[in-house]
Amino acid sequence: MAYTDKTRGMYEEILTGLKNAGLFKQERFIHSAQAADIEVEFPTGSSLKKVINICANNYLGMSSHPEVVKAAHAGLDSHGYGMSSVRFICGTQDIHRKLEQMVTEFLGTEDTILFPSCMDANAGVFEAVLTKDDVMISDRLVHASIIDGIRLCSAMHDTFKHSDMEHLEEKLQLHNDKRLKMVITDGVFSMDGDTAKLDKMVELCEKYDALLFMDDSHSSGFIGKTGRGTHEKYGVVGKIDIITTTLDKGLGGASGGCVSGRKEIVEMCRQKARPYLFSNTIAPPVVAGVIKVLEILSASTDRRDKLEKNTEFWRKGLIDAGLIIKAGDTPIVPVMLFNAKLAQDVSRDLYAEGIYAIGFFFPVVPQGQARIRTQISAGHEIHHLEKALDAFRKVGKKYDILGKTKQEIIDRYGM
Amino acid sequence: MDEMKEIIKAYVIKEYVEDDTEVTYDTPLISGGIVDSFSMVSLKRFLENKYSISIPDDKATPEAFDSVNKICVLVREFVKE
Repeated sequence: MAYTDKTRGMYEEILTGLKNAGLFKQERFIHSAQAADIEVEFPTGSSLKKVINICANNYLGMSSHPEVVKAAHAGLDSHGYGMSSVRFICGTQDIHRKLEQMVTEFLGTEDTILFPSCMDANAGVFEAVLTKDDVMISDRLVHASIIDGIRLCSAMHDTFKHSDMEHLEEKLQLHNDKRLKMVITDGVFSMDGDTAKLDKMVELCEKYDALLFMDDSHSSGFIGKTGRGTHEKYGVVGKIDIITTTLDKGLGGASGGCVSGRKEIVEMCRQKARPYLFSNTIAPPVVAGVIKVLEILSASTDRRDKLEKNTEFWRKGLIDAGLIIKAGDTPIVPVMLFNAKLAQDVSRDLYAEGIYAIGFFFPVVPQGQARIRTQISAGHEIHHLEKALDAFRKVGKKYDILGKTKQEIIDRYGM
Repeated sequence: MDEMKEIIKAYVIKEYVEDDTEVTYDTPLISGGIVDSFSMVSLKRFLENKYSISIPDDKATPEAFDSVNKICVLVREFVKE
């Protein structure tokens, strides 16, 4: 089919609609390595600006860690650049299996299979292990990639209210006639920074003979006393049947994901998960880098301990400044502004002050829940956080939101 | 039938409404964003259990579930008098 003027016009109209609705996403070009201090070209064509990054998933500051970079270089030299094959033909190296074994040990599971990303892991796992005779019962705030995976699976799907254990129990009772029941949750919820009540969920899953699935992408490496994840925080290591997680956040920040859990389920993914079967796995230099990350994190908890201290400092600083944040103890700290335009204006003004933080609003978060999502890193030093707090205080004063209640902000700026 | 409407409305509010959104018999549930298409399954199973009926998947469309009144029409098709 020719790409006609009519077709072009149709797409132009859609894109214009996104711009008019304030939903058009623009990339900002970073000219430096990912770190606490970065150099950014924004708007496109402008001169570079040095800013402090408080919106990366670089929780442990491993993205540009010299030992990780060095290990990736060595992996490139020893194992090459790419595999030019999917895993089961000729795309598996010794280091892929080594990494799977290391992740298994780190997470305290039975076995692990790597995927090109956690998005792919979530896209493949449900379809590989469930059928139309089964039911998936998911928290209503799970990540978009889980929702996509659920759509690809023939099992029945139902939801429970966010973190509402009574509602989950009602759903387990409602669907008790199904062959398999799988409860699905995030470990740490990426928009609010709260954690799933995993101890209660394990209890319910044992009571109703259900499988428990958790995406721990925003936890692996730093939640729990030794950073194993949300299951460590709640004392249920070994009791989560399926954990998916990513290697592109705390665990190095490059790329890749995995399914880790019961060995039969992992083997089902190896036999049937389509993103595993039909795409190359993680490139050798990245595998070598993640192996080094896990070695560093297994040898010492220094980085997750520093992240914990930084998070406490940041949360207290924002509260003392009079800003409203979502309660919790994770390094995802949403500063609530409620109004979409206000969130965009505050983000723009923070950038002018040298602080890179992004506004989130509907449809990424519910209507009237607009916010600046800040994310703290072990790569931040206290002087970074102090400067960012100064900027928040200055911009907050400009918009007269310091010390104000949610209702007072909504009354002034609307939802 | 009013009793059926009240029962279904009460279920919809308990199951899906998490703020002070008002739900009437004609409030658009699916197209109005109160019930997402994923969550329709629990509503279908509730109706089937409550009224001892089986609603075929091809009848359980977003259109047929889009208001309490429409749901009542659908349920009446399958309830044996």
